[in-house]
Amino acid sequence: MPEERFEPRIIGFLCNWCTYAAADTAGVSRMKQPPNVDIIRVMCSGRVDPTFVLKAFREGADGVLVAGCHPGDCHYSEGNYKTLRRMTLLRKLLEQFGIEPERLRLEWISSAEAPKWAQVAREFTEQVRALGPLNWKGTVLAGLPTTAEHFCPEVSE
Amino acid sequence: MVTLTINGQTLEAEEGQTILEVARRSGIDIPTLCYHPVLPPDGSCRLCTVEILSGSRPGLQTACTYPVEKGLEVQTHSPKVIEARRVILGLLLSRTPNVPLIQDMAREYGITEPPFPTENPEEKCVLCGRCVRACHEMVKAGAINFASRGLDRRVGPPFMEKTRVCIGCGACTIVCPTGAIEIVLKQAAEYLAKPLGPTAAIYVPSPQAIPRVPVIDTDACIRFRQTDRTNGEITDACGACAIVCEAGAVNFDQQDEILDLDVGAIIVATGFERPNPALLPQYSYGEHPDILDGMEFERLSNAAGPTKGQILTSDGRVPKAIAFIHCVGSRDEHANRYCSRVCCMHAMKQAHIAKERTGADVYELYMDIRAFGKGYEEFYERVQREGVIFIRGRGAEVVQVGGKLVVKAEDTGIGRPLILPVDMVVLCTGMNPPHDADKIARTFGISRSPDGFFMEDHPKLRPFQTATEGVFLAGTCQAPRDVPDTVAHASAAAAEALKLLSRGEVVISPQTAYIPAELCSGCRVCNALCPYSAISFDEERKVSVVNEALCKGCGTCVAACPSGIIVGKHFTDEQILVQIEALLGTPA
Repeated sequence: MPEERFEPRIIGFLCNWCTYAAADTAGVSRMKQPPNVDIIRVMCSGRVDPTFVLKAFREGADGVLVAGCHPGDCHYSEGNYKTLRRMTLLRKLLEQFGIEPERLRLEWISSAEAPKWAQVAREFTEQVRALGPLNWKGTVLAGLPTTAEHFCPEVSE
Repeated sequence: MVTLTINGQTLEAEEGQTILEVARRSGIDIPTLCYHPVLPPDGSCRLCTVEILSGSRPGLQTACTYPVEKGLEVQTHSPKVIEARRVILGLLLSRTPNVPLIQDMAREYGITEPPFPTENPEEKCVLCGRCVRACHEMVKAGAINFASRGLDRRVGPPFMEKTRVCIGCGACTIVCPTGAIEIVLKQAAEYLAKPLGPTAAIYVPSPQAIPRVPVIDTDACIRFRQTDRTNGEITDACGACAIVCEAGAVNFDQQDEILDLDVGAIIVATGFERPNPALLPQYSYGEHPDILDGMEFERLSNAAGPTKGQILTSDGRVPKAIAFIHCVGSRDEHANRYCSRVCCMHAMKQAHIAKERTGADVYELYMDIRAFGKGYEEFYERVQREGVIFIRGRGAEVVQVGGKLVVKAEDTGIGRPLILPVDMVVLCTGMNPPHDADKIARTFGISRSPDGFFMEDHPKLRPFQTATEGVFLAGTCQAPRDVPDTVAHASAAAAEALKLLSRGEVVISPQTAYIPAELCSGCRVCNALCPYSAISFDEERKVSVVNEALCKGCGTCVAACPSGIIVGKHFTDEQILVQIEALLGTPA
């Protein structure tokens, strides 16, 4: 029996005005897209607290996709600029945790770009599939210092 | 006021007026040639000669230069006057024996043959000097003047050579009474660019224009061109329109104004743009004057158009065969992929008009006929019955063979290529979104569909609303549509806007941010993040406060709060975290 193909689990945080609408249209237009991406709607990509991304990884996600309006097109003027800043920093943090930064993807997809949504969803799924499962316990937790000495060397002395 | 008598009739006149002006106003006919209402009088042709019976200069005088005076007594048709005019007209007719205007005027005074030998039977110039005065006094270009004296006197530029001083305005040709001056426009791109022939520089944009007032095309207007050319040295050129406007309504100083308006709703109705068929070189648009686009054919067939509605080729013939090529730039992966919807119907309407007015063979080369509206299919049948020939197959190419137009196409019905020699080709182009639609979209915070038109909030349920509250779409800025559909769309947008205004209050979304004051540390990180300045700092309590009327609920502050205490209502941290857990199948 051939080995079962790895199906990554991906959480997508989509902004209500652009990417969520694009994903909606992609669905209505019956565009082909993988079932691996589970979508959580937020009003603006700027609502995506980095905690959400970390939480998703901890709960077993293999990839996280954050998508919003194109720069300059944000329904709330500039929310997506803040997302850009946060996600850039978050990627560095992920690296320190031992998580491949490629597991977090940021995309600008306007409401008119349903085909782009479908393509990004397909592409990202394949990308994460290639990376393999994220072993939170094995990689992230194992790499973390757990002893009190690490945090407070003076006390342990 | 001055009282004078003309032909025994007592008339009132204003000081400074001339006898000619007073006589014309009172319906007394005095023939003129060199006189023009917008030019300073010259008295050079002497035709307006009248007899002054009592006045400061009695005898024969020119009415166009003689100012009125108290007690003036004038005869316009006394035997002396008539004799003088006969001599003048005799001389004029001898100079220009073949100019119809001079022939007619002379005939009125009983002269049918030139009384003196004619030097040049082709001569048209009567040396009245209207053109010279127009060029000097009106246009202020000074490109032409009289040269030489006596028999050699003539009008022209210095040394009869081309001059750069001429601005090519054409004023001299317009004021010339005998058609002696012609302007040769070899590369007159500026004029040819206007739909089907030149228009005046001041014109009413369309017969249905509201308000129905003329506008000045400052690129073509002599006054503005002279101001531009001389960097503001000459600012009072021409002004003919202001001279003849009795209401004094012409205002050259009017400037574009930017108005700041406080409004409660905005309807975007910026319309569409005509595609340029020249971008598809196979149709040879612009290479032959009888290759038109739909809009140009519309102008040609318009009763108020250049041919008074007659459908004529550029050389004035009634066409014997006309081809309408559908889907030019539409449903084409090299141009617009979408169907513009309206072109089939306007092509058929125009085919109907062409058939009716010319009896020509009218061909419609189509891919599919989209007769989608009420009564449209019936009209399609009617046009077929009228003898318009419908050929299913895309018009592939328009070529010129020996100066004649030939359309190459394929008749898919019989599976054969076709070659149609025609006299006129109409390219049925569709609708493009305006080239600067992105600027408008950005201004109003609306998005655009892949085809470039503005995007509605929902394709079925909110077809004229946008994602920005209070901004509505009307008409072809949202998608190509015909007049009935545009009226319906625009009426709906207007009703929705009025609904918003008449309610007097705005319902805001409940998705706002909330800061529990007892938990806020007053760090003010959130203050600067809010794009709507909805968060302020309460100096007294040292906490940040959200104004919920201003908050749009984006949640940027919620994600940024270092203490994690800002609540994004309906999108709280708890709600989202639970969603993550639920999706990933871990127990809450």
